[in-house]
Amino acid sequence: MIRIPPGAAIGLIVTGAFFLAALLAPWIAPYSMTEIVGDVWEPRSAEHLLGTDNLGRDLLSRMIYGARTTIFVAGMATALAFTLGTVLGFTAAVIGGWVDQLMSRGVDLLMSIPTLIFALVVLSVMPVTLPILIVVMGVLDSTRVYRLGRAVAVDINVQDFVEAARLRGEGRIWVIFREILPNALSPLVAELGLRFIFAILFISTLSFLGLGVQPPLADWGGIVRENREGIVYGIPAALVPAISIAALAISVNLVADWVLGRTTSLKGGRGV
Amino acid sequence: MSDTLLDIRDLRIEATVYPPGAAPFDTTIVDDVSLSLEKGRVMGLIGESGAGKSTIGLAAMAYGRGGIRITGGEIWLGGRDLRKLGPRRLRGVRGREVTYVAQSAAAAFNPARRIMDQVIEATLHHGLASRREAEARAVDLFAKLDLPEPETFGRRYPHQVSGGQLQRAMTALALCPRPELVVFDEPTTALDVTTQIDVLAAIKDAIRDTGVAALYITHDLAVIAQVSDEIVVLKDGRVVERGETHQIIEAPREDYTRALVSVRSIEHKEKPPAGEPVLRVDDITARYPGTRFDVLKGIDVELHAGQTLAVVGESGSGKSTLARVITGLLPPRAGGIDFAGRTLAPALRGRDKQDLRELQMIYQMADVAMNPRHTVGTIIGRPLQFYFGLRGRRKAERVQELLDAIELGEGFVDRYPAELSGGQKQRVCIARALAAEPRLIICDEVTSALDPLVADGILRLLLNLQKRENVAYLFITHDIATVRAIADSIAVMYQGEVVRYGPKSEVLSPPFDAYTDLLLASVPEMKLGWLEDVLARRRMESAGH
Repeated sequence: MIRIPPGAAIGLIVTGAFFLAALLAPWIAPYSMTEIVGDVWEPRSAEHLLGTDNLGRDLLSRMIYGARTTIFVAGMATALAFTLGTVLGFTAAVIGGWVDQLMSRGVDLLMSIPTLIFALVVLSVMPVTLPILIVVMGVLDSTRVYRLGRAVAVDINVQDFVEAARLRGEGRIWVIFREILPNALSPLVAELGLRFIFAILFISTLSFLGLGVQPPLADWGGIVRENREGIVYGIPAALVPAISIAALAISVNLVADWVLGRTTSLKGGRGV
Repeated sequence: MSDTLLDIRDLRIEATVYPPGAAPFDTTIVDDVSLSLEKGRVMGLIGESGAGKSTIGLAAMAYGRGGIRITGGEIWLGGRDLRKLGPRRLRGVRGREVTYVAQSAAAAFNPARRIMDQVIEATLHHGLASRREAEARAVDLFAKLDLPEPETFGRRYPHQVSGGQLQRAMTALALCPRPELVVFDEPTTALDVTTQIDVLAAIKDAIRDTGVAALYITHDLAVIAQVSDEIVVLKDGRVVERGETHQIIEAPREDYTRALVSVRSIEHKEKPPAGEPVLRVDDITARYPGTRFDVLKGIDVELHAGQTLAVVGESGSGKSTLARVITGLLPPRAGGIDFAGRTLAPALRGRDKQDLRELQMIYQMADVAMNPRHTVGTIIGRPLQFYFGLRGRRKAERVQELLDAIELGEGFVDRYPAELSGGQKQRVCIARALAAEPRLIICDEVTSALDPLVADGILRLLLNLQKRENVAYLFITHDIATVRAIADSIAVMYQGEVVRYGPKSEVLSPPFDAYTDLLLASVPEMKLGWLEDVLARRRMESAGH
């Protein structure tokens, strides 16, 4: 029986709620996300639990559909970043020599440009579609994962069991995926939680600046942008997505912390 | 009982274990241990790893390391029960009345401070002497411990002296505050045999000259026989037997003690070389990339099928490098290797699958030689699949056969390495090597990380397997007793060269060259007065020259 500490339990419940809302959006959202159902910036009421937005659309429905886009884009970008980053990082560590030098310096080069500026430049010359967004975010984020993956793999790569595999004549694929990956998993899983949150913040920032998810598709950063003028009139519509982002960030990190604590046993064996 | 210095009664020590993925639970490490030590006497604590020796040693200072709790019993030192003292009074006792010598002096010294400052620290801290007096005492101790240039020795930093010297400096550190009791925790275990003997002699002299009482902790009965007056044998946190040293060594009462005393009694008759050699190392010279120093110089050895060649030497002699050259991890600068009648490619990359299969390796640290996230079944099964293409049920059957061969039997297939004991881990590594059906296995210090009794079991297993499978071993070790037990021929290495090579009987019988003589004479024998004999012989020799 696994005992879940209260912090992690809260994290799991909140994260789960957000993901469920995202998955079941068409069934649980009270209205369509594009339909104008009321006045501009109506206050909270029984019909509109969070009020309406700057065009009179139901804010709760927009939030639920927005969760869908935001979490989907962030999730895909994180998945891409991890696949790319770990595979390249492990390869660099296992091959070493000039291949490692070349790849690492390339990554350094990418990292030396602030991510947001880099993304803004790329997205302003490319058509902003969801796949392009995901690829740009994924590639930029993979540099961080690459650094972590390489650092972890370099340590594992000099262990006797990897040497034993080499002496057996195993190829690089086996060494990377069967010898190194299972042992590098715990720091990577912990990093996964953090990276996912950064991706959510990133996509929200991009949308807020108008280069992310394009209307009429709802997403949290976009909702902040659409409703930001309301703040002047004391209308809290723009704060709702901000609070959601904060809540999701904290709850995912609670879960990530717990996973990290449970899997850092270097002895391996049965952990998670 | 007026002379009793340390009196431990019914000691009980517990710790909380936090296994991953399960609820923490309490476990008893030491139970119902009583011992008493008179002033000026040396008591040896002996046992295998996990027997609780170090824990009891530290308990003499009423200290529990890392979450260990002393939960029962009394620890009387100099007429006070240390367990009843408050933290402040205890701090006054530690480092003043009881001091501690750790196993790894290299890890115990602060690398950023000079040795002298650290040696006199406790003395000054307790206000026992002025700085000048303390330094004078330290210099005195340095001289007593045979350290070079005692006047200036303390000005050096820890990294500027050798491991053996640092261990002696640590002894000086412990003796400087004129304690009543010193706890020596495996002070010579990490040293080479040739260094160990000097440190042992220095410690023994210092104990005698200062009249201090000592608890000497070790797993090597031969070592403890040289320094202690009485011995306590421990197993699983309990006392098995206690008595005067000569009684324990010459007439042990308990079975367990008898097993410890008679360990390394494997008899192995050497086989004469027959037929073509399976391995011929021909004039190998090697150096590590980026260095300008040859680690191996003109190595020339041969090994016949079904036989064992032991490569002996102290650390830094190039034994393990030789293994790296043979396995192809370090291509040699000159020379060649013939294996099973064909010439091996110098680098791993140029060797074909058959070369790799027939040349297997077993490592010193079984812990890190197995992927901690693979089960035993995967670890042993992989070579079967990789070399012979076995899958499914046939693979599972063969894995079980191999497990039987290493005397583990059923129920181990699904275990992870973390769930095995040290000896079991090494057995699984042997099975992994055997799975490839090799002609030669390189064994790199395979028993040196194990307790003597467990190591004995591994050696017997290796000998049995050799008989059955006719596999040859290249056995790298620093332990002469192991060599005696298993070798057919021996190569003694010193500073990258083979200084003596031939059949076991020849290498181990006189006349010796200087280094082999030193090496053989330095191996502790389980006999009282051995240390004195060796030292006396050395003095005579140096007087004779």
